[in-house]
Amino acid sequence: MIKLFLPLDSAAVAVGADAVADEILSVTATCDTRVTLTRTGSRGMHWLEPMLEIEDDDGRRGFGKVTPEMVPSLFEAGFSDDHPSALGKVDDLEYFKAQTRVIFSRCGVTDPLSHDQYKKHGGFGGLNNALLLNPEDVCEQILSSGLRGRGGAAFPAGIKWNTVREAQAGQKYIVCNADEGDSGTFADRMIMEGDPFLLIEGMLIAGLGVGATKGFIYLRSEYPVAQRILSETLSVARSAGLLGSDAGGSGQAFDIELFMGAGAYICGEETSLLESLEGKRGQVRAKPPLPALEGLQGKPTLVHNVISLCSVPSILQKGGEWYKGLGEGRSTGTMPFQLAGNVKNGGLFEAPFGLSLDDLVHKYGGGARSGRPVRAVQVGGPLGVYLPASMLTMKLDYETFQKVGAGIGHGGIVVFDDSVDLAAQAKYAFDFCAIESCGKCTPCRIGAVRGSEVMQKVITGENVTENLALVNDLCEVMVDGSLCAMGGMTPVPVLSAMEHFPEDFTGDSSAAEGN
Amino acid sequence: MALLKETDYGTPAAASTDTITLEVDGMDVQVPKGTSIMRAAKEAGVSIPKLCATDMVKSFGSCRLCLVEIDGRKGTPSSCTTPAEDGMVVKTQTERLARIRRGVMELYISDHPLDCLTCPTNGDCELQDMAGAVGLRDVRYGYSGENHLDLSKDESTPYFTYDPSKCIVCSRCVRACDEVQGTLALTIEGRGFGSRVALGTDDFFSSECVSCGACVQACPTATLTENSLIEHGVPDRSVVTTCAYCGVGCEFKAELKGEQVVRMMPFKDGKANHGHSCVKGRFAWGYATHKDRKTKPMIRDNITDVWREVSWDEALDFAAIRLKAIQAEHGVKSIGGITSSRCTNEEVWVVQKMIRAAFGNNNVDTCARVCHSPTGYGLNQTYGTSAGTQNFDSVEEADVIMVIGSNPTDAHPVFASQMKRRLRAGAKLIVVDPRAIALVRSPHIEAAHHLQLQPGTNVAVVNALAHVVVAEGLVDEAFIRERCEADAFAKWKDFICDPVNSPEAVAEISGVTAEDIRAAARLYATAGNGAIYYGLGVTEHSQGSTMVMGMANLAMATGNIGRAGVGVNPMRGQNNVQGACDMGSFPHEFAGYRPVSDDAVRGSFEGSWGCTLDGKPGYRIPNMIDEACAGNFKAIYIQGEDIAQSDPNTAHVEEALEAMDCVIVQDLFLNETARFAHVFLPGTSFLEKDGTFINAERRLGRVRPVMKPATGKDEWQITCELAGRMGHSMAYGNAAEIMDEIAALTPTFANVSFKRLDEGGSLQWPCNDAHPEGTTVMHVGEFVRGKGNFVLTEYIPTEEKTNRKFPLILTTGRILSQYNVGAQTRRTDNNKWMEKDLLEIHPSDAEMRGVRDGDWVSVRSRKGETTLSALVSERMAPGVVYTTFHHPESGANVVTTEISDWATECPEYKVTAVEVAPANHLSDWQQNHAKAEELEKMLSPNKPEAAE
Repeated sequence: MIKLFLPLDSAAVAVGADAVADEILSVTATCDTRVTLTRTGSRGMHWLEPMLEIEDDDGRRGFGKVTPEMVPSLFEAGFSDDHPSALGKVDDLEYFKAQTRVIFSRCGVTDPLSHDQYKKHGGFGGLNNALLLNPEDVCEQILSSGLRGRGGAAFPAGIKWNTVREAQAGQKYIVCNADEGDSGTFADRMIMEGDPFLLIEGMLIAGLGVGATKGFIYLRSEYPVAQRILSETLSVARSAGLLGSDAGGSGQAFDIELFMGAGAYICGEETSLLESLEGKRGQVRAKPPLPALEGLQGKPTLVHNVISLCSVPSILQKGGEWYKGLGEGRSTGTMPFQLAGNVKNGGLFEAPFGLSLDDLVHKYGGGARSGRPVRAVQVGGPLGVYLPASMLTMKLDYETFQKVGAGIGHGGIVVFDDSVDLAAQAKYAFDFCAIESCGKCTPCRIGAVRGSEVMQKVITGENVTENLALVNDLCEVMVDGSLCAMGGMTPVPVLSAMEHFPEDFTGDSSAAEGN
Repeated sequence: MALLKETDYGTPAAASTDTITLEVDGMDVQVPKGTSIMRAAKEAGVSIPKLCATDMVKSFGSCRLCLVEIDGRKGTPSSCTTPAEDGMVVKTQTERLARIRRGVMELYISDHPLDCLTCPTNGDCELQDMAGAVGLRDVRYGYSGENHLDLSKDESTPYFTYDPSKCIVCSRCVRACDEVQGTLALTIEGRGFGSRVALGTDDFFSSECVSCGACVQACPTATLTENSLIEHGVPDRSVVTTCAYCGVGCEFKAELKGEQVVRMMPFKDGKANHGHSCVKGRFAWGYATHKDRKTKPMIRDNITDVWREVSWDEALDFAAIRLKAIQAEHGVKSIGGITSSRCTNEEVWVVQKMIRAAFGNNNVDTCARVCHSPTGYGLNQTYGTSAGTQNFDSVEEADVIMVIGSNPTDAHPVFASQMKRRLRAGAKLIVVDPRAIALVRSPHIEAAHHLQLQPGTNVAVVNALAHVVVAEGLVDEAFIRERCEADAFAKWKDFICDPVNSPEAVAEISGVTAEDIRAAARLYATAGNGAIYYGLGVTEHSQGSTMVMGMANLAMATGNIGRAGVGVNPMRGQNNVQGACDMGSFPHEFAGYRPVSDDAVRGSFEGSWGCTLDGKPGYRIPNMIDEACAGNFKAIYIQGEDIAQSDPNTAHVEEALEAMDCVIVQDLFLNETARFAHVFLPGTSFLEKDGTFINAERRLGRVRPVMKPATGKDEWQITCELAGRMGHSMAYGNAAEIMDEIAALTPTFANVSFKRLDEGGSLQWPCNDAHPEGTTVMHVGEFVRGKGNFVLTEYIPTEEKTNRKFPLILTTGRILSQYNVGAQTRRTDNNKWMEKDLLEIHPSDAEMRGVRDGDWVSVRSRKGETTLSALVSERMAPGVVYTTFHHPESGANVVTTEISDWATECPEYKVTAVEVAPANHLSDWQQNHAKAEELEKMLSPNKPEAAE
């Protein structure tokens, strides 16, 4: 018997995983040996996708960049390590071995829809412990873990949990922000496609902790595979009694509804998300009131990113103190960094905070895919800081990044080689804001458009000094004046590009090309 | 008075009674907890720059001009969205804030036309003010960037223009439509720079917009501007006055340039409307200067003669000589008059005084006869006073609202907005109405129960509701014990427990299921504060008075009377119908509802007026009509009412008018009744009046003249001069003196005077030594009559029955854009929304008769026939048809009967058995009416010149 595993993950499918699967099935139809093919999540080594794995007594061995044409030869070779696509034991791959997989431990290993496999591979350990605790103690575990929100704002989760728990209301909600919109990020998608029960377990624990009986997953419309997996998982979870009137045997009701977004980056901002979830136009709300006190339908609502909620089960399973032991200082636990852009080994890399950016980009990422020198790295999504190569020695943790006016955000890292024009990137930052602004507040609604126009003048060399001063003034208005982080952080990429790459902002287009 | 600019505190007042103290720019200020920093600053006299904030709607935080710095806090939070906290130290002016504000304004102006000098709101524009306030000197972005300057205007609606090129996307219009009006017609469409105000359709006129004007009022720029302001320019003075349309009694600032009214702006201190308005009060005032308006007195010997314009003296001499001659020939009681619910209390007072003192009889009645007379009777019998129990604001504390036979969103729109706000906040709603009125289901509102009863079965249903309350033990025993007459309650309890009043029995009669009745009764009795609001759907029935008492019983049985949030509240139709009744416009009652037969009361009037008065009740309107037909009643003085259009069985009314020797009509227009008149005395519009109106909540509001009477005479003067010629001198220096006389002779008004109203604003009667500040909620602690009286309310069906020949029931009502007989609204652009009365009919009834939407149909009753266009509508229940009576040529009242309320003779407009059939011509009455109208034009002194 041959036990094969192939990702159903969108990134693998995008490079032909489904065609490989079809080919495997057609070969096995004429094969004497019994073959099972399990579709799993991805291991997160995207440059190796589609990565086919075979399980034997020694564990899992991998075969990278498999094409349908290769499939017969793999069977002929008996999945030998001599095959040109062979990678050897997956656990021994350097990129994989260097990681600390807490959240993604099952991703790529198990069948995402299998309740049994989830359980067999350590699932529900957190829930089982939570069921023995009272809500205060559940929240105390989160507080002591030092977990901070993984959506971007890095707000201490435990404080938020306690705020919602202590709020007096007949109805409370858990809302999972799965509107993963940062360019170069895919951690939410991978875990929802690859280990969805983890999210359900995390949300249920949150429901028990804060006294919420209803949860929503706000999923971006561009994730059809995650939509299918999640809705199937929710029905499996209901049949298994994990959701319902006695959720997971807690004696408390908890159910989860999957809600599809309509394609707006701003709906990843928690208050816009709540508006959208209420059926309204996705538009930012002023805070206060905090969603923890007046959130969905005006009720206390715990809004968390997918990764934050997926960090919860292990905290409850192994304890807040254990979790706090991972990471550095106030940046506790692990973070699934996502390497993208012009990088050789693109993919997901889960590690405790404190890893050096240089190791991630060069040692594990292998440098620029083009083979040229890395010139800039943008950390934290489209509203993140542009760092020059000279600053790659920085450690990846919240405090270090805060010192340079930047953030880790959702852990997206986009690599650029030396052909990048940072003035064009700065203009793009305004353009992105102009496209994705909800249009509510003035600095963002009009400022983004004007920023792009002024930056274009800089690029074409029109009154460069005056226009750069105007950009600086505009950035102050956007930082201090914007209603939410969309407008407030658009200046981060703009100003960091101007600060670290001044040679690109001279208005002399030949100067930039000379780099 | 100069232009009145009300203070805009930026955010609504906080409700908390706890106060906190904070420091704003070095000044200590104390405010209720929950107050925004912006409002707290304004209380301290500090104006923080703002554009998206206004105190009519909740804070929004979008413009980012109002940012402040707070000691010990990072960043620059917006002062509109940040609550003030105890001990906070706030700075509203710093170098950093100045930079941000200038930067924000620079962005705004980079996408705004630079046409301030030619802009209609030049000098009345918050954007302009803010550019000045923040010291914007330069727009460094230039004006060549992306912009909205080429967007075209929406001029689809008659009263205002939407110019999106000037929009700053502050969403004040959207929020006003949501929060203030509750129609939710507006939204913001698109995102980012493309965000624009949008409607469900392509333009305002075809959208769900009801033209209440809240968005125009909220707009800080020239994006939404009144067309009258575009035409005339920015006004320079204001006069605060009270609207002359429905019984809500909204206060407005008439904004003028010289004597030109530029616009009517709802007054934020108006206690009935709190700064809101509807399409009628806000925009439909053009009738006051319409070309049809008559401003010269006219007389004619016979109604077939051409009218002659004459001097006031000649007209009044003519009238007096005729009236005296008639009395000489036919006796003192052969003449009488009708007071108007549209005129001021002072104008009404002098008419009833003239009739009693100068005519020497009590033949005075008022149009309340045909609308809310059962309210007066029913509430008086049960509670001891003839008026609603609450103020409008009481609805904010209601937990369950029962709306019976009233369509507030059309007929009382401003109060409806307040009610809808409460319903959106969670109060439950029960609608009792044959039609699915808009409240039954509208954005964010859905009635918990709609009891869609057969017209004419109100009493059966209210009895069944009470039956459930008693049978299921939901009676408020403590309230009954303490507040009500025990014997009366015991008798009533026996009566109501009779199985004939059970929901199961009533289901058969009313068509409402027993389960619905039971559920509604339980909800009303147990949800907390239960408030009843009702309209003419209650009163205009042969059992109108019984129904009023039935509701009063139900409210007492459940303890829902005598505090805020509860009560039994008539939705008064006309601006001063309450006042006209209060002023003693009844043949059997003096002012304050005191019998003419009471010697002491009569003595007080005789003493004041210096004459003897008749102690016997006079004729009601229906008696006058009958006696006229019989030849005993020969002359009538009609102040501002059009009985030939508004009263039932038009043919009978016309016959009576034709039989009289002297019909005197005092009105703005040559109305339907004037076709039968010998004397026409031109009246004044509310814009010319000085006096008071009393709204549905017993509130006396001042009506102030914004221009001189176009006729040269105040209306009260006309009446006084006629009275003088009839031999009784009535001399007043001004309207205030009339109110002084009213106060002196009417205990419930004892402390009322113009001075008091001018100084302290409107007041709710009773206002006397016992209630020096007026009375918001009545029957607190004790009923006016002492103990509450339960009256037995046996259901006696109307004699008007359907049969094979007349199988449908016709019921009548109003719509939003038109008002009553339409004399005013038909002479404004409101006609664009409704050019004719329509017959609403259920699809199944229509199909059965081969009637399609828009077809002409004849509507025939036992009394008459008229032809209308059909509107096939699911709002109707099968078997019931509906029309309005706004247009005279529709002849809705040609069809209605004279069957009337047993106690008050209020006509049963709401139930007429009819048949509907396809038609291809107008009815005989309509054809005759058209001919009569042509003739009337020929008889007009200013007949149109023949075409050349």
